[in-house]
Amino acid sequence: MKYLTEFRDPALTKTLIQKIEKKAIQEVIIMEVCGTHTMSIFKSGLRGLLPPQVRLISGPGCPVCVTPQSYIDTAIQLTERQDVILTAFGDMLRVPGTEGSLMAQKSKGRDVRMVYSPMDAVQLALDNPHKEVVFLAVGFETTAPAIALSVDQAKKADIHNYSILQSIKTMPNTMEALVVEEDIQIHGFLCPGHVSAVIGVKPYRFLSEKYGLPAVIAGFESLDILMGIYHILDMMDKKDYKVVNEYTRLVSEEGNLKALEMITKIFEVTASVWRGLGSIEGTGLKLKQEYENYDTVKKLGIQMASEQPVKGCICGEILKGKACPLDCRLFSTACTPENPVGACMVSEEGTCAAYYKYGEFRD
Amino acid sequence: MCVAVPVEIVKIDGTEAWVNFGGVQKMVSIALVEDVKVGDYVLLHAGCAVSRLDRKEAEKTLELFKAYTMMQKE
Ligand code: SF4
Repeated sequence: MKYLTEFRDPALTKTLIQKIEKKAIQEVIIMEVCGTHTMSIFKSGLRGLLPPQVRLISGPGCPVCVTPQSYIDTAIQLTERQDVILTAFGDMLRVPGTEGSLMAQKSKGRDVRMVYSPMDAVQLALDNPHKEVVFLAVGFETTAPAIALSVDQAKKADIHNYSILQSIKTMPNTMEALVVEEDIQIHGFLCPGHVSAVIGVKPYRFLSEKYGLPAVIAGFESLDILMGIYHILDMMDKKDYKVVNEYTRLVSEEGNLKALEMITKIFEVTASVWRGLGSIEGTGLKLKQEYENYDTVKKLGIQMASEQPVKGCICGEILKGKACPLDCRLFSTACTPENPVGACMVSEEGTCAAYYKYGEFRD
Repeated sequence: MCVAVPVEIVKIDGTEAWVNFGGVQKMVSIALVEDVKVGDYVLLHAGCAVSRLDRKEAEKTLELFKAYTMMQKE
């Protein structure tokens, strides 16, 4: 498609890498927050091309990976109910719970369905009026508009058998939580491009204004990412810290106002539980009181399962950028994409899955 | 799961549109994007267009890349 291959131009890639080499005089740790960046960095082989002083660490931006164990366990428990059809994005089906997974439940004959969009779940509710259709509402600001829209549509169409099991998360506050954590060292951020398409540039300004950190909102092609890294090095060099928007073709200063309006119509900010990180204030979204009838927990009067740490899995440390998959004893032995132990090995965007797939474990 | 992809709008029907999705046509919601026309590219995520690709900005960024890398050679 247009505006994709142009952003992978090999000749430009080469010159940009040379420019980065010149700028990188000291060790620089850059966190790419978004799982899609992680995937794209591995896929394009950028890690091998960058000078060793530039260290890229992956952040908590893979929605599947950050979803807590207790959430998966609750979803699995819900599938035991005869009156529930459980719907979820494909990746969620493979995440291991304390016992089994949604996929395993499905093969046992429980009604678990993979949907591409929350709107498909609303349609299922319409087609199955005697069942409660539960959608596993996970994701960041990129996914939140579609989920908000599904609740809005269900309400407008008077559909009363649709609800969401909430675990939606938001990015900027999460990044702040990482910045203030003392033992995490980050010199600059590659901000998540598609989250930014929705929220715009402003919500990241605190990074430079409050913490003196350079940040670049970058696209996902190799040139986008390299340009992002170059900008970060350049800002550090000049000691002039800003939030640069490199992804202007999809991200505007204000973001997508229509999508933001839909999000704030349906949701409000709340604390959210992260896998391995626990509950972090202000990093989640929950349904506003007027939409409480669409909250699975309240509607069905259920309790969330309690959080069970996964033995041996260091996903939490990896999500904070404190450890890398190679530090995990289970990596590529007990834990593989076919048999994931932790969530970071499930989704393609998960750091462990990316390390495994692109062979980082071989060296 | 969080992967969002740019897709081309083929046909518009109110707040829904048919898009070209890797060779297959798919119906998606365009309720949350302003002023989309047939032929535009939108960023599609979970069945919902969340942003419109700005061609002028795309060209500008490409120009900028070229300008940056030219500087290097001089
Ligand atoms: S390799 Fe598996 S067990 Fe180890 S941190 Fe990654 S997901 Fe967890």
